[in-house]
Amino acid sequence: MDNGHSNEAMLDVFIEETARHMAQLEKTVLASAEGGFAPDAIDAIFRIMHTLKGSSAMMLYNNIAALAHAAEDLFYGIRNQKPARLDGALVSELVQQCVAFIRLELEKVRGLDSPDGDPSGLVERIRQASGALRGGPKDAAVPAVGAKPPSAQHYYLPPAKSGTAGGQKGYEAAIFFEEGCEMENIRAFSILHSLKDITEDFCHVPADIIENNDSVQAIRDNGFIITLRTERSLQELHDFFSKTAFVRQLTLRELSDSQLSERFAGPREDAAPGLPILMPQCAEREPEEPPPGQESAHRNIIGVDVDKLDKLMDLMGELVIAEAMVTQNPELQALKLDSVYRAARQLKKITGELQDMVMSIRMVPLAASFREMHRVVRDCGRQLGKEVELRLAGEETEVDKNIIEHIAGPLGQLVRNAVDHGIEAPDLRAAAGKPRTGHITLEAIHAGGDVLLVVSDDGGGLDREKIRQKALRQGLIDRPESELTEREIDNLIFVPGFSTRDAVAGLSGRGVGMDVVLKELEAIGGAVSVDSTAGRGTAVTLKLPLTLAIVDGMNIRVGSSGYTLPTAAIRETFRAKAADLVQDPAGNEMLVLRGRCYPVLRLHRLFGVQADHTDLTQGILLMVEQDGKQLILFADELLGQQQVVVKALPPYLKTLKQVDGLSGCTLLGDGSISLILNVGGLIGLY
Amino acid sequence: MTAQTEMLNLGEMDNEDTLKGKYLIFSMGNELFGIEIRYITEIIGIQPITEVPEMPGYVKGVTNLRGKIIPVMDARLRFKKAVRAYDDRTCIIVFDNNDLSVGLIVDSVAEVLTMQEADIAPPPEMGKGGHQYIKGIGKAGNGVKLLLDCQRLLTDDALEALSAMA
Repeated sequence: MDNGHSNEAMLDVFIEETARHMAQLEKTVLASAEGGFAPDAIDAIFRIMHTLKGSSAMMLYNNIAALAHAAEDLFYGIRNQKPARLDGALVSELVQQCVAFIRLELEKVRGLDSPDGDPSGLVERIRQASGALRGGPKDAAVPAVGAKPPSAQHYYLPPAKSGTAGGQKGYEAAIFFEEGCEMENIRAFSILHSLKDITEDFCHVPADIIENNDSVQAIRDNGFIITLRTERSLQELHDFFSKTAFVRQLTLRELSDSQLSERFAGPREDAAPGLPILMPQCAEREPEEPPPGQESAHRNIIGVDVDKLDKLMDLMGELVIAEAMVTQNPELQALKLDSVYRAARQLKKITGELQDMVMSIRMVPLAASFREMHRVVRDCGRQLGKEVELRLAGEETEVDKNIIEHIAGPLGQLVRNAVDHGIEAPDLRAAAGKPRTGHITLEAIHAGGDVLLVVSDDGGGLDREKIRQKALRQGLIDRPESELTEREIDNLIFVPGFSTRDAVAGLSGRGVGMDVVLKELEAIGGAVSVDSTAGRGTAVTLKLPLTLAIVDGMNIRVGSSGYTLPTAAIRETFRAKAADLVQDPAGNEMLVLRGRCYPVLRLHRLFGVQADHTDLTQGILLMVEQDGKQLILFADELLGQQQVVVKALPPYLKTLKQVDGLSGCTLLGDGSISLILNVGGLIGLY
Repeated sequence: MTAQTEMLNLGEMDNEDTLKGKYLIFSMGNELFGIEIRYITEIIGIQPITEVPEMPGYVKGVTNLRGKIIPVMDARLRFKKAVRAYDDRTCIIVFDNNDLSVGLIVDSVAEVLTMQEADIAPPPEMGKGGHQYIKGIGKAGNGVKLLLDCQRLLTDDALEALSAMA
């Protein structure tokens, strides 16, 4: 469909699929309009309606589902009863109305609005048609055409708005068609028809374009003039009108409010009846044109099994390693082989590009997950009697498919929290001098190798005093209170054990399910933090890796074994001084660093390998941190940092024993395997 | 190391009919063992193995099979035989059972034999644990071959591990 605005890049599956179905429906109906409905056309329409019913019901678009259901019934009847005299004109008109309705709703979905059109008029007519079919083919649908209740066609007209709605601007467009293009009135009508996707607030001169055949001449002479009100920019409108076929000249200008109301005052009443798709003699012509550019705007998308993508990713990892094994082969190093090196460089370049491409295939825009939040906000706001508006930003940001699956839950939790505990009740907001409608902003930002998701609200902010007291009661504060910064207090809400149901829920602070959010994020190597200003709002920031499959790793060596640690978990590495080492009576080794005491874990002892060094002052110490807990690991030496492709341990080993200290393994450039340490698991050993 | 890796690609033979009744015979110490060939994906020379901590002793670790990471178990340790240093003839037999790929380190690979059902005798009745991985005794060619049950080889130790934990 016309997609001249910002969300071009993101098409969620439902929209894509439904738009495709609509195009197919339209094609089928057009083909059937002349020769009557062939059985396979009936079948095709029935199938589409059936699919649509399912998919729209799944998306909770009940109006579309109801309409599709009615249409499905109708075609089910036609298919089974094979009526001798099927009123093809009525059926095709009904289908076209369905298409028009669903397209309009689809546009709303795409525009991040809820599809709220009321199809009951149309549903009723379809029911009548199926009823007539069942009642007897004799007095079939013919009377139904005549009995078309005009009101039923106005279902999509919104109540006339008074004055200029907020953010909307008035425009006037004068369109002249190319000479000799014929049927100017129908072309004008098709513009109006697609214009409905943009705004429903418009009128036009001449008003009676379809009913009055003189309008053709009027349009030829004076042009077709549309006055409309919309939130779209001039540029967007210009793009929209330019897509229309056979336009010779287009004049588009912005109107002031007074001009606008003047124009709307007169012809509006007349214009409205002209809007419905009541097109007796041109039903076959019309659908070819609106909405302009629709077919070409569809992107060619095929669905691919995620398993295949995972395999592709695995193969890619193998290729990268195989390439390194060839080009960095020690037997080649000693030789002077210019052409081989040239070829090797070329190979390296191509594998690099291929890797980027494979990674990008797995990337999915966040848009679908983000839009889901509209529903959450709406439902939640309604339940709690709060007025909340959700704003999205950066929803075109792409992250790995696997990560998307992991963030849906946390995101919903955070948004619900923001509505529940962040945004105040409308009256409270008014009392605090804020607009009654609260705003929640969901934003995705690229930051280096990470993606930041920020859920912010303009509510009351966290109640620090409550959080502090609760943390104190639960013994979660391990330092003198005076040392805690505000930020540190805020982030206490993520400490496991803090956020229990009875916490600060229902009051001004938050505390429900934050540990769940944290857990989900840690599972994918992410992090979460919160910023809050009393009275001004709260912002929760989720940090996600771009992909699960590749992490920045630090390779370390213990004896002859190599291990890899996620760089993100390492706080610092250092050599120990003998004076800092202590040992408790139970033999547990600890190290004092800057006045704090940390447990020391000897990797060689844990994993039972022969290490070069057993003296803590000889090897290297790494401080790792997770969940705010620290642990010092003892290894022989650091080998260096590199990006590694994470692979799971073979399933067979997992059936033997679940090793807490390991999260997977990876292949290094020389083909050897390095085990990836699970920092959380290691800390859990203490 | 990889350059010396011998590979026996069985892909072309991957056909139920041609594989039926065929056994790969390998030796360990003085005994000959057989594995049904349809379980076997390939045979490679011994290659570097990365030790995985906290595993039962017979699991030597994991190895890199062209980018695929597979666990490797030592058949000698698995069958509680004396340990012997790996040499040029030591092989890893990679077999696949229900998408579970595992490498089995054996002393050397001997031959591929076709055995009819008539050539296979059921294992003699023994006390418990006596022959849990042997599903039959093959009598084709010279000498007897102990035919291994791949399924049991993989699943039994998982059960053992579970019962050891309990």
